[in-house]
Amino acid sequence: MELIMKQMPIVFNALNVGFLHTLQLFFITLIGALPLGLLIALGTMSRFKLLSLFNRIVIWIVRGSPLMIQLLIIYYFPGLVLHNPIWGGGETGRFWAASVAFIINYACYFAEIYRGGIQSIPNGQTEAGLVLGMTHRQIFFHVKLLQMIKAIVPPISNEIITLVKDTSLSRIIALQEIIWAGQSFLKGSQGISGAVWPLFFTAIYYLVWNGIMTVALGRLEKRLSYFK
Amino acid sequence: MAILEVEHIQKSFGGTRVLEDISFSLEKGKTLSLIGSSGSGKTTLLRCLNFLETPDQGIIRVNGEVLFDGSQPLKQSASELRKKRLHFGLVFQSFNLFPQYTALGNVMLAGSLLAKERPDYKEHRREIQAELEATGRDLLAQMGLKEKVDNYPHQLSGGQCQRVAIARALALHPDILCFDEPTSALDPELTGEVLRVIRELAERETTMMIVTHEMVFARDVADTVIFMDDGKICEQGKPLDVFDHPKEERTKQFLARYREQR
Repeated sequence: MELIMKQMPIVFNALNVGFLHTLQLFFITLIGALPLGLLIALGTMSRFKLLSLFNRIVIWIVRGSPLMIQLLIIYYFPGLVLHNPIWGGGETGRFWAASVAFIINYACYFAEIYRGGIQSIPNGQTEAGLVLGMTHRQIFFHVKLLQMIKAIVPPISNEIITLVKDTSLSRIIALQEIIWAGQSFLKGSQGISGAVWPLFFTAIYYLVWNGIMTVALGRLEKRLSYFK
Repeated sequence: MAILEVEHIQKSFGGTRVLEDISFSLEKGKTLSLIGSSGSGKTTLLRCLNFLETPDQGIIRVNGEVLFDGSQPLKQSASELRKKRLHFGLVFQSFNLFPQYTALGNVMLAGSLLAKERPDYKEHRREIQAELEATGRDLLAQMGLKEKVDNYPHQLSGGQCQRVAIARALALHPDILCFDEPTSALDPELTGEVLRVIRELAERETTMMIVTHEMVFARDVADTVIFMDDGKICEQGKPLDVFDHPKEERTKQFLARYREQR
């Protein structure tokens, strides 16, 4: 116990730095994947059959294979196979490779949610708007958009909660996020080695952050509960 | 003069003829009931008049102005189409209220979006909005919904929803108000309150076209009745003639089946 007390400041410092990287990956994934997902969703619903087919194939590949493999391929493929290491070495390269993998992966999941949300609005809403002399643009912004947002908030919340934990997969390409930071004290780092508790303790960080996310997203859901 | 003239409307969906040579006219202030079995083309006819479907052939005229002419399929701009649509109002079977707006919000939305296109909107924004709100409240009061202006659709009964939908359609002052089976989604009790409102509109000489399966209502409220069968107008005339002395064999069959049920 006394030993743990002595290790604590060093460990927490390292875990905090690691978790900062986790959060960076989390936010950049949301910033990239939320809009990209909408583009992919609109692509799957396009009148151009080829574009629609292409988008659906991308979604199938991305959702049908493990994110861990996608991370490995995106990070190593350019360097090992094409002999063109676009990511460069070091932490920055790993971070951008992980970001790209996460954005593509999550955009595909979001795309399916968006598509569901868009298709959940009954056609009668559009027709009611049209016979009232509204333009398609007005119908989208004044009638359908809020209904879509309401429909997608719960499933998107689910994905966001999953994303918090999924960021740990980037450990596979040695991104220095919180799992990597916790694990470093097992192998030995800053004079501490063979310590298991820092790795176990990382779970608390995820729990706390997901608690915050759950409350925030729950509030958003509640704000939209005034209509059905 | 007839406010609405429809001549030789034809419509097919992928090889299936849904409307065949539909011609009729409607005088201003009169009510027309459209009856017939399901699939006889009544709803498609209303949808054609509201430009939700495009007829393959035929002419639609309102107040003498040609709104649609199948022989001259001009590519009309979206804004022209909107203007034409505003001659008609449509009340749907399933109400199609906008769930995120209150009863008053539903009635006002289209009007306030249209008002924004007026050149004097910026100067007189307050007055215009106040006027729209007054009109909206007034219409809802006429529908017996004075207490419900601030309720959202999910807080209202089906009959109340349908009355909000009627107020919403009336807010744009259509020349002809169309009803597509307005009570088919309602239980008998709620049906009564909606029919009462439509009767009142008829008494105030609102020009209306009503697709309905409520035969007693169709007969009482209408000035003219059209019986449709298999995409064609089988018989049309005064309600007493069509209901009590039908000429066509098909009309007799249809009405007889209704009497059996009651």
